[in-house]
Amino acid sequence: MKQPATPRFAGSDNYVATGELTLAVNAAVTLSRPLLIKGEPGTGKTQLAQEVARTLDCPLYEWHIKSTSKAQQGLYEYDAVSRLRDSQLGDARVQDIANYIVPGMLWRAFESDQQAVLLIDEIDKADIEFPNDLLRELDRMEFYVYETRQLVKARHRPVVFITSNNEKELPDAFLRRCFFHYIRFPDRETMERIVDVHFPGLKKQLLAEALTAFYRIRDVPGLKKKPSTSELLDWLKLLLAEDIPPEALRADDQKASIPPLYGALLKNEQDVHLFEQLVFLNRRSGRPG
Amino acid sequence: MLIRFFLMLRAGGVPVSITEFLALLEALKKGTQPFSENPEKGCVPFFTFFTVDEFYWLTRTILVKDERHYDRFDRVFAAHFKGVEQAFEALLTTAIPADWLRKSLELQLSAEEKARIEALGGWDALMETLRRRLAEQQSRHEGGSKWIGTGGTSPFGAHGYNPEGVRIGQDNSRNRRAVKIWDRREFANLDDSAELGRRNVKLALRRLRRFARQGAAEQLDLEGTIESTARRAGLLDIRMVPERHNSVKVLLFLDVGGSMDDHVRICEELFSAARTEFKHLEYFYFHNFVYESVWKDNRRRYTERTSTTEVMRTYGHDYKLVVVGDATMSPYEIVQPGGSIEHWNEEPGSAWMRRLLASYPHHVWLNPEPQERWEFTPSIRITRELFEARMLPLTLEGLDRAMRVLQ
Repeated sequence: MKQPATPRFAGSDNYVATGELTLAVNAAVTLSRPLLIKGEPGTGKTQLAQEVARTLDCPLYEWHIKSTSKAQQGLYEYDAVSRLRDSQLGDARVQDIANYIVPGMLWRAFESDQQAVLLIDEIDKADIEFPNDLLRELDRMEFYVYETRQLVKARHRPVVFITSNNEKELPDAFLRRCFFHYIRFPDRETMERIVDVHFPGLKKQLLAEALTAFYRIRDVPGLKKKPSTSELLDWLKLLLAEDIPPEALRADDQKASIPPLYGALLKNEQDVHLFEQLVFLNRRSGRPG
Repeated sequence: MLIRFFLMLRAGGVPVSITEFLALLEALKKGTQPFSENPEKGCVPFFTFFTVDEFYWLTRTILVKDERHYDRFDRVFAAHFKGVEQAFEALLTTAIPADWLRKSLELQLSAEEKARIEALGGWDALMETLRRRLAEQQSRHEGGSKWIGTGGTSPFGAHGYNPEGVRIGQDNSRNRRAVKIWDRREFANLDDSAELGRRNVKLALRRLRRFARQGAAEQLDLEGTIESTARRAGLLDIRMVPERHNSVKVLLFLDVGGSMDDHVRICEELFSAARTEFKHLEYFYFHNFVYESVWKDNRRRYTERTSTTEVMRTYGHDYKLVVVGDATMSPYEIVQPGGSIEHWNEEPGSAWMRRLLASYPHHVWLNPEPQERWEFTPSIRITRELFEARMLPLTLEGLDRAMRVLQ
């Protein structure tokens, strides 16, 4: 029997992946190791898993982690409360404990008929011990259901993506089992490609002016929240909807030194205030912003 | 070669383990030998050849697990490759695995290119030429950029190397760009945190943990359930309670620069331990004494400052204030307006410190100076008075006592 061709990921028509990211993804897929993705918010960490699943044509299982998430919830949950209720009501289902085992995302990904993509989103939101509780499951891709004495083993090792926003440090034992990639904030060239994917018909001039304004805002020191890729895309969408002429974005235009619709880029009234002050100072000293 | 690289990485402070090293070797193996596993299908493996870029990215993906270590990795990588350049020359004069090269080339080249190669005299002649070229060029190696080609007429250029041998490819601008990737050292900024503090610093800080039940009720309250069920004559009544969390909030002020340079190491350890231990930790830097503004980023201390009033407004009274500093300075810096050595301060540092202490009733000053010297330094005496003797030495024992004081 022939082995299936190693699937390859090379970005897609609506996701621009840099060479290093592509390589990290393909290395993780080929060696079936989980890939840990970090990076500034809004650089497309979560979207990556969705795009990989789409391009490789695999089912995607998303497990979004909250501060209250437990590792066990990803495997399965034993719904003891309904069983207790059923027993009081004399339901026949109560005899079989398997009726009350609810499979989690990990279990469902393991049981998938073809190789699946599993996304564990924002793992740093959970408790400090959370990653440690998943060591064996991610390593061996199997776990044991104590209630039914059943060993659940992955039919095909799923491609696991884990995203983190760095709110907590992850334990070494966990990191050792993962590959790691840090998505850097895209440079101007990559950003042009990203915008092109999202707004194919965008006028060259508008794009150039918008990017200049965008990177100018990102370079303002002291911003609480720097605008990211997703905010740039929102802003461009607004600019297009409002049909703003490219000239309005130019920094040396005295009347409009603050970019129009800046609310899409700056999400904090202190940042807006800071930016206005800088613009004011620049105008007084006669320098373009 | 790679074992040396591995050891160099460890020496360079990148925490790599054997597991990761084996994973890298596995990746290299899978990347270079895909054909034997699956010859008919001709599937393109994810990295048939390593460009130097790709080799760099692959090793980084597998070996480095934290963006703060990227910079260290870049430095070691650069250092290692310098060493490899000599090894590379030695390799050229001895042997090139010609079979391997050919096999790889066949898969990389299009039909026309193959035809052109045939026209040039066939594989063996070409390999011979290439080998001669490689030898000729030995003397002209420079920098990290290895560019070897057959004068533009050949369908391939060769440059770079991987641990298995020589790479052949068509895109000959890559190498020059690749070397820059790690020489650019774009991640230098991220490498600002110290290595993880010793476990006992963490354990001392752990004393400050205080658990409280907050948030959504989602844990079974067993006793409550039993009691309530009994009250309802055995009809089940589930009671839930919120889970316990560490709810301590800490505001850390760190003295930097000047006389604190002697104590950098221990402060870093404390800082990195505190960062992992507390969910709510806010830190600010100051120099010598706290005045009307503090800062969060030492590289931008002159442009990005936070006013002390804003700090007091933003973080509630339930934060615990920990100041780390040697309090060794001229007394004027504390008690006189304009006493700061860096700028003109309208109000004396002591006024600002009193405001902070009033805002944060739970406070402590940790001093890395040996306790015996405290009596002989006037500024330490003044600071101790301000803190009503809640100044403790920055030792494990002092830390332990400080945590009790904060409780």
